Amino acid sequence: MTTPSNTSQKQPEEPLTMDTFLQGIWRENPVFVMLLGMCPVLAVTNSVINALAMGLATTFVLLASGTLVSLLRNFIPKQVRIACYIVIIATFVTIVDYVIQAISLDLYNALGAFIQLIVVNCIILGRAEAYASKHSLPHTLVNASGMGIGFTIALLCLGSVRELLGNGTLLGFTVFGDQFQPWIIMLLPPGGFFVLGCWLLFFNWIRERRESPKAEAIQEIVHGQ
Amino acid sequence: MNPPAQSPAQPSSSVNMILALGSIALISGVLVVLVFQTTLPLINENKRIAIEKAVFHVLPGTLSRQNFVFTEQGGLMPADARVAGVTVYAGYDRQDTFIGIAAEAAAPGYQDVIRILFGYKPDCQCITGIKVLKMTETPGLGDKIAKDPAFLNNFQALDARLKDAGDGLLHAITTVKHGKKSQPWQIDAISGATISSNAIGKMLNESGEYIIPLVQAHLDSFVKATQSNDNAQ
Repeated sequence: MTTPSNTSQKQPEEPLTMDTFLQGIWRENPVFVMLLGMCPVLAVTNSVINALAMGLATTFVLLASGTLVSLLRNFIPKQVRIACYIVIIATFVTIVDYVIQAISLDLYNALGAFIQLIVVNCIILGRAEAYASKHSLPHTLVNASGMGIGFTIALLCLGSVRELLGNGTLLGFTVFGDQFQPWIIMLLPPGGFFVLGCWLLFFNWIRERRESPKAEAIQEIVHGQ
Repeated sequence: MNPPAQSPAQPSSSVNMILALGSIALISGVLVVLVFQTTLPLINENKRIAIEKAVFHVLPGTLSRQNFVFTEQGGLMPADARVAGVTVYAGYDRQDTFIGIAAEAAAPGYQDVIRILFGYKPDCQCITGIKVLKMTETPGLGDKIAKDPAFLNNFQALDARLKDAGDGLLHAITTVKHGKKSQPWQIDAISGATISSNAIGKMLNESGEYIIPLVQAHLDSFVKATQSNDNAQ
């Protein structure tokens, strides 16, 4: 005779560890591991400042929507939860939209429609559904910060390479001399795919190297025997 | 088949669902309106500064501006929320002498509509500068229309003289192939960005045909407006 709300209350919550924060940055990085939210990742990373603004905006929406979803998790009936999450997310995206306009119109024009499109960023709805709706506020906040920072780092990885090669600048400051011929392709959509592919290759290579000593050690033990 | 077992499995009644959605919508509404009201003055100020910067950029020597509207009947009115028509920004120097006007022009570019602000000085009957307000042209190619110095040089004194009758441009403003400019009313295109360069020529010609005859016909009104403003101060 257990109701769904009873089961969720009975589940003991795992303790808050460093891993709750770090999993979004490395092990479950939304871009490099889960490959989520590819639309803003490819579209707005043609400069460092755009990447940073998009990363911070997404982090804010993650934190704010996670807070509300976590606080209201016992109040929102399962049947209408997605509708509730979308309304909550859309609210905070609208807030970000106004705040960015108030901070800088140039930045707002550069980010274009992608600020509004945070509403449908699957990282945020995914976190609301998979984490915030099942965890207490401190857990949600720590996890959302990790995910947000992980997403921002990923955007910056792409943005810095694309701006450097495509425009010869970093954060607007000229890095290479006048002789440098910009690789315009890097600012165009194919450049986004290309740089993303290179970063994925790099991170997977690191991951494999980290795991390979363990595999070699096991092999040595097997051979030793 | 088994109604008593079903009721505990469905803890949320319709009332609960409506209550949850209703309260979330209410919270959402309050938050959005609150932020909108707080940021509105800042956003308006940002827009004003952006327009001012653009006007000062396209009309060198300008230190203050005043907005006017050309009504559909061709009359000139000080800008007001109630007056519908084409807005022009009149620029004035230190002595509040009328220098020229800045107006918006738009035409489809390579990807989307390009919107620019251009300055026009009646003294030289020429276009004195352009500033791209909005575009989504290809980075590195089409977007050069906003910053390529050689291309922007076209607009330091682009001939926009009127016919003697004053009802249109004497020479249509046209964009010519890169390196083929021979007349002061021609725009030297950027090689590799022909469509974007053509769009600028087209919008300046269309907008110029409409606005410049009106400006020339109302030159006195622009001057008077500042003087009456001074008296008021």
